[in-house]
Amino acid sequence: MALATATASASTAQPVPQSLHFDDTVVHVKRGTQGVVLDIKNLDLFYGASQALYGVNLTVEQGMVTALIGPSGCGKSTLLRCINRMNDLVDNIKITGSLSLHGENIYARGADVIALRKRMGMVFQKPNPFPMSIFENVVYPLRIDGVRDKNILQETCERALKGSALWNEVKDRLDQNALGMSGGQQQRLCIARAIAADPEVLLMDEPCSALDPIATAKVEELIHQLSGTYTIVIVTHNMQQAARVSDNTAFMYLGRLIEYGDTEVIFQNPLAQRTQDYVTGRFG
Amino acid sequence: MEIAAAVASGAVAQNARTYHRVTDLRARGEPFTWVLGGALCLGIVMIVGFLLLVLWNGFLTFVPRPVAVVTTTAGKVSAGEVARTDTFRPAPDALAKLAPDAQEKIKKAEGFAGRTLYRIGNFDLYSEDFRWIDDNEIKSTEYPKNIVYVERQEWGPFIGTVKAITLDGKPAEGTDFSAPAVASAYSEALARGKRVREIERDEIGNVNHEVERARLAVRKAELKSGRDSQAYKDAAAHFEQLSVDSRGEYERLTAEVQRLRSINDKFTVTFAEIGGREKTVPMVNIVRAYMPNDLSFAQKVGVYFSRWGEFLISEPREANTEGGVFPAIFGTLAMTLLMVIAVAPFGVMTALYLREYAKQGRLVAFVRISVNNLAGVPSIVYGVFGLGFFAYVIGGSIDQLFYPERLPNPTFGTGGLLWASLTLALLTVPVVIVATEEALAAVPRSMREGSLACGASKWQTIRNIVMPRALPGVMTGIILAMARGAGEVAPLMLVGVVKLAPELPIDGHFPYVHLERSFMHLGFHIFDVGFQSRNSEAGKPMVFVTTVLLITLVAVMNAAAIIIRNRLKRRFVGSQF
Repeated sequence: MALATATASASTAQPVPQSLHFDDTVVHVKRGTQGVVLDIKNLDLFYGASQALYGVNLTVEQGMVTALIGPSGCGKSTLLRCINRMNDLVDNIKITGSLSLHGENIYARGADVIALRKRMGMVFQKPNPFPMSIFENVVYPLRIDGVRDKNILQETCERALKGSALWNEVKDRLDQNALGMSGGQQQRLCIARAIAADPEVLLMDEPCSALDPIATAKVEELIHQLSGTYTIVIVTHNMQQAARVSDNTAFMYLGRLIEYGDTEVIFQNPLAQRTQDYVTGRFG
Repeated sequence: MEIAAAVASGAVAQNARTYHRVTDLRARGEPFTWVLGGALCLGIVMIVGFLLLVLWNGFLTFVPRPVAVVTTTAGKVSAGEVARTDTFRPAPDALAKLAPDAQEKIKKAEGFAGRTLYRIGNFDLYSEDFRWIDDNEIKSTEYPKNIVYVERQEWGPFIGTVKAITLDGKPAEGTDFSAPAVASAYSEALARGKRVREIERDEIGNVNHEVERARLAVRKAELKSGRDSQAYKDAAAHFEQLSVDSRGEYERLTAEVQRLRSINDKFTVTFAEIGGREKTVPMVNIVRAYMPNDLSFAQKVGVYFSRWGEFLISEPREANTEGGVFPAIFGTLAMTLLMVIAVAPFGVMTALYLREYAKQGRLVAFVRISVNNLAGVPSIVYGVFGLGFFAYVIGGSIDQLFYPERLPNPTFGTGGLLWASLTLALLTVPVVIVATEEALAAVPRSMREGSLACGASKWQTIRNIVMPRALPGVMTGIILAMARGAGEVAPLMLVGVVKLAPELPIDGHFPYVHLERSFMHLGFHIFDVGFQSRNSEAGKPMVFVTTVLLITLVAVMNAAAIIIRNRLKRRFVGSQF
């Protein structure tokens, strides 16, 4: 019965009724021993008058893959886009609370957004290669930094493409237009671009949702390889994918962080009823 | 209503009337499809009809036509090309004078009679170029083989027969143009004529130019340092010296012109019109002569293309109704290109700020509406603005600052190529702004985000990602602007287009490109030839030919721009997936 109420309120996007009470976030022990990269504290986000995130508290561990899961409209993408301040592009947005990268508040007054984004890489839902050659796509972050040295550019390109498991497929056609590649290749190219400048955090917003199963498998394999080297935050719709690729999982619901911890625990012994319902497929 | 009733009565199904779903013709929307298709057809018919009319008339203008010799019942003989025919209602007293059978025929045709307009030429003898002849008055029509159609530098065509040819003052044997002696004498006469024009226009022009420069230098020195200064005295001395020197040069050149002219005066052809009156024409004044009733197909083709060639590469004569339109072609091209050079960066930068940087609010919405409304302002208003602002204010200031020695003669302070281009740029800038804005808005958000997420600044994103992607759309805007600008006439009449501008904006005198000069334009040429000339009947075919040319020019420029756009599209847009 409670379940029925919840879905109804989600689908009509009405304010949450008083009867539907949210507990505080349940936080389990997380994997990761190398310290905290991202520390999100009490993050509230408003699109105009409507609130999209409610007091989110989350810490992302160094070198781990952290998955954000939850039903549509729960705010997981919004949260991810807060991390590299992509939400700044939206008009009428208000953000309160703090978000620190290695202890440095990125929402501090006077923080340099461009410098911040240079420390992060982002992969989007749909592959978005630029209309240039494969080579130019990969070295784009270096180009905008004004790097002209051919050797550095070529080394970076090779390293990034090897890192994204694309090198063998494209090494002979680096000068061809990236728009001629397949969807899966394009997405791996975008990953190569995101890791070309050695980001501290790699943000992935449903990176496989526009890909077929084979391309998805390749990207997942890639995420596995990258974990440990890079700190990855991945938003995904697909619970199996979260279970497969992530170390820690955060479950979000209606703008709130419900439960967060070791992926195995979240999927096998969740404490919160809603997490239980979601991961067992009873809603969402 | 029925559905609601059926649903409501679902509980008592046994009583309910069964509801049959139907789809009638209205629902299928077929009649509407016919209306839409009809509208499209009407549009196509109008456009194709217009093009066919223009092309048909334009391409047939230069075809050599036979010359008819018409004898009327009153005994009057005329020779001329058929220009056109029409029907009219003869006045009762004129009707009464006609032969009985002709009266009968007109009565049968409900009072209408036919008449034909002949181009009889020989304006210097007849004081008219065209003559209407009633079909009923015609006794006989013949096409004698010995009739000659002569295009002359002056007085329009001559139609008649060759009476005598004089070579070097002595009568030549026969009246055959193609005799070798005559042909070579003709080409020599033409060469001398060309030399005369060269001397008059270029060499004497150069002398005058030098003297004028020296005079301006004097005036400049006077304005700058005063009449007592050394600079002024030097300049004045130089001017005096140059005036004396150039007088000798000038006299030498005029003597040469005189000499050539007097030689050319000895090479003449005497023609007789159909009534027998004679006219002697110097050979150098004959542009082209042929026997219209005795032409083989190849000769006809030759005359046709030689007329096209003259039209495309030479200067106009006979108040623009004859000769070529090269200065107008050049002026149209130069003006359109200058306009594009001015409008493209200006429009694109404006649109970039409006779309990418300005905060989208009421002010921007208001600016956008104003820009769109600018496209609806009558173009003559732009002409008035261009004349007042560009020519008088800016041009006037330039003259004050840089060319004070030439005042009161304006340099930039009057209409000219530059001001016309800028006026048209202003006229077409809304088109470019709107198209660019739309192209910018169509760049996928994901691309901008991809670039920003890489740590690119907004400007880097615009320059590296947004602009290349929007370029095809921008090109579309420029194409539209070009098409509109090249076809515009009204504002140009105020800001620099003239009936006749023998000096091209590019020549051999420093600084070689003269943007301040007035120029000729095909659109204005059409207006001038068709409606402003003494002889509108003779100008009419030229209207069509010039229209064909203008349409072709616009089509060629557009095609070039479209090819560039498609290249860009292939390169930057490609396909996703």
